Amino acid sequence: MGTATVDNRRLYGHAPENNYLKHTRGIASWMFTLDHKRIGVMYLVGVTVTFLLGGFFALVLRSELFTPNKMFLTEAQYNQAFTLHGAIMVFAFIIPAIPGSIGNFVLPVMLGAKDVAFPRLNLSSFYLWVIGTFFLLVAMIAGGLDTGWTFYTPYSIQTPTNVVAATFGAFILGFSSIFTGLNFIVTINTMRPPGMTWFKMPLFLWGMYSTSIIQVLATPVLGITLLLLIAEKLLGLGIFNPAQGGDPVLFQHFFWFYSHPAVYIMILPGMAIISEVISTHSHKKVFGYTFVALSSVAIALLSFLVWGHHMFTSGQSSISIVIFSALTFSVAIPSAVKVYNWLATMFRGEVVLTTPMCFALAFLFLFGIGGLTGLFLGTLSTDVHLHDTYFVVAHFHYVMMGSTAVAFFAGVFHWWPKMFGRMYNETMGRITCLIVFVGFNLAFLPQFVMGSRGMPRRYARYDEVFQIWHQLSTIGALVLGLGILLGIVVLVRSLFNGKRVSGNPWGASTLEWQTTSPPHFHNFEFDPYVGGLYDYKGVKYDESVEGYVPIIPPGVAAPGSAPVPQTAH
Amino acid sequence: MATAEAASASEGHGSDGHGHDHDHGQFIAHHFTGPRQQYDSCKLGIWLFLVTEVLFFSGLFVAYTIYRYHHPEVFEEASKFLDTRLGALNTIVLLFSSLTMAWAVRAAQLEQRAVTTRSVLITIFCATVFLGVKAVEYSHKWGLGIFVAYFFKYDGAHHGDTNSYLTTLSIVPGICVVVCAALAGIGMATGKPLSGKFWGALALGLGGYFAGVGLGVGYEAVFASEGESHAEAGDHAAPAEHAEGDAHTEAEHEHESTEALVMDPSSDEARNLGLFFSIYYFMTGLHAFHIIAGVIALAWIMNRSIQGHFRADYFGPVDYVGLYWHLVDLIWIYLFPLLYLIG
Repeated sequence: MGTATVDNRRLYGHAPENNYLKHTRGIASWMFTLDHKRIGVMYLVGVTVTFLLGGFFALVLRSELFTPNKMFLTEAQYNQAFTLHGAIMVFAFIIPAIPGSIGNFVLPVMLGAKDVAFPRLNLSSFYLWVIGTFFLLVAMIAGGLDTGWTFYTPYSIQTPTNVVAATFGAFILGFSSIFTGLNFIVTINTMRPPGMTWFKMPLFLWGMYSTSIIQVLATPVLGITLLLLIAEKLLGLGIFNPAQGGDPVLFQHFFWFYSHPAVYIMILPGMAIISEVISTHSHKKVFGYTFVALSSVAIALLSFLVWGHHMFTSGQSSISIVIFSALTFSVAIPSAVKVYNWLATMFRGEVVLTTPMCFALAFLFLFGIGGLTGLFLGTLSTDVHLHDTYFVVAHFHYVMMGSTAVAFFAGVFHWWPKMFGRMYNETMGRITCLIVFVGFNLAFLPQFVMGSRGMPRRYARYDEVFQIWHQLSTIGALVLGLGILLGIVVLVRSLFNGKRVSGNPWGASTLEWQTTSPPHFHNFEFDPYVGGLYDYKGVKYDESVEGYVPIIPPGVAAPGSAPVPQTAH
Repeated sequence: MATAEAASASEGHGSDGHGHDHDHGQFIAHHFTGPRQQYDSCKLGIWLFLVTEVLFFSGLFVAYTIYRYHHPEVFEEASKFLDTRLGALNTIVLLFSSLTMAWAVRAAQLEQRAVTTRSVLITIFCATVFLGVKAVEYSHKWGLGIFVAYFFKYDGAHHGDTNSYLTTLSIVPGICVVVCAALAGIGMATGKPLSGKFWGALALGLGGYFAGVGLGVGYEAVFASEGESHAEAGDHAAPAEHAEGDAHTEAEHEHESTEALVMDPSSDEARNLGLFFSIYYFMTGLHAFHIIAGVIALAWIMNRSIQGHFRADYFGPVDYVGLYWHLVDLIWIYLFPLLYLIG
């Protein structure tokens, strides 16, 4: 270290002024920014808004279901509420959430790059997201939407609600997603730093790469499906309309050919975050790195082969449902590989129960339940009984909300100090995690019970025997909502009075921690040193920085020690 | 990183003899280490984009396959309404445009700027000829009452006003040509020759649309009177006496369609024919939309070529647009036999 000519505080410390947040000022400098970090922050704000909106509809639904009979929603209003909850959460929150916010912010920095490969495309992704979400809101205000987020034909052709605006919104959001995926694939392929080969890449990048493959390959099919549905509504195409000789089950095939892989667009980024968080906060190299990396790719490829399991009861031939069922089970293998490896990573690691680690542990538990209950739905005989019941609702909420959203929280808490240079109150963070965890389980465990006893989904009224389970679920949903609000308060408060942190408060090893917090406008003032992957002995605590700094081996030029472009200070 | 930049900079010096050194870095984005990385990234990006395009169309090909599997006889019957010769003409036009596009890429690599510009111009011209022919085909069918399934009202006897459909379709291209010509004049008059040259060339390129319309109408005037296929004899010349929606007197026109089906528009058969044309209009319409997008991209390339942006070490955009253009061609190569040649 003695050879360094630039002092560690400047390289790895807190950067109160010389950072991306203060590089330029004014609204326009944000609106027209090409900086991936600012785009990431804008996404973070945007998806938080849609998340709260979707969550609002969820709480409205759950409140209505507190009693078996009408409280304050008519049946038609109830249909609109669950449709908007689903459509907003799926298209405007959960698909863009992690790639858009954390992916955008972290991915190029992790690569030691200055930006993603196509910064303008990146900004246009964000604005497409804004426009697409706007159309969803237009649908909500002008005419509403009551088809369910799946837009199944022929009902979506007949309903007087505003299907056109909603599907057009989803169509545009699809392009936003495609462009993000395309950008990430190219960035990871061509902009890795010298020395970072494919198998020396952090697992977050493997996860994002796999996600991007699905985004690029599956989303166009949704695009054409929604375009066909719009043409169906506006021009009377007839392709999905049985009254015109069309085939409504074809719509389901097209829809799920995208929307099942989309489930992995949701979960793979979550898994990518968990790999980083568990390794960092256990201070131990990821166990079975190659398997975790390849299992992401395996999930991405298998995701294209299982869409038929959404339609076991839609009239497919018996041979095809058997094949789809068998393929569905095969997805369990790479998922299980990941869970085992995460557990093994923690084994004999120095586990520190930071807030992100608490969320990661919650993820493991919830993903375990979500994944295993999927097996009952993949089994043909049990699926016939469980299809379209609350069991399905509980299952996919455990996977989407319990796994992806919780992983998103883990990621936000993990990278928050990097993004804004401030540390939140750890105690409050852990309490947030506990409330979310308890609330979530209280909301959705009862749904497994009532689902297996025959409570169908999407019903505004129900038999009194289910009342206790619905009430538990509603209370859980309110607790969960409080937990999420508390988390937002904890994070926002930290911006004002949080402790200033150094570039690497966690002792993490990946490259995004080898720059200041918040990062320099160009991410790194000097090209970082690419050390060993997940090598937690490669960093040491530096008193002067009040954080960790990389140990540059002798004989290697430390960043900034070679011909220095500008003099230090 | 620094060495890569140095290497590329010296490359730039070596290949460049006329003092445009500052141009070199002008088109290299700051976050790339050099032209090589930028080229590789953009090339991969455009290939991925083409993958998404293929998948975008794949849904339609699947829909086509399924309906053809269910109703093979309907597809055979319906495709007889499509004019094979006009389809073949358009195929040749697009294939030729692919040749000129490839030529443009080669010329850009060799820094033959005039050749690049001219090749791109011919490509634009071919693209708009294609659209012109397509407009003739569409308006002809609309004149017969052949619409998508819901509006399908072909009964083998009635003709709407083909000419008014064709005129309506031609309004936008006409406006575009006039605006481009006007901008060319303004450019020349205000001493911006490069701008004038670009708009003039674009006006010429877009004028291809009317060449295409002329070809299509001329062809129908010559061949349709022979009673070829189901092209109703001389209907484009028929005046507007049989307005659209005019639903009587089937018998008086039966003689015109030698082998045309006379059918009840509410029958199952008409319904299934309508479904074929839903697929036909959607696939060819989406393809035409891609042609229009291609024309815009080609115009951008032509402008940059006229401005002299492309060099031996910076010709990427021509290459990327070229790849896109070849894909648009390729999709037509599949559409043509699948829709026109199955009868």
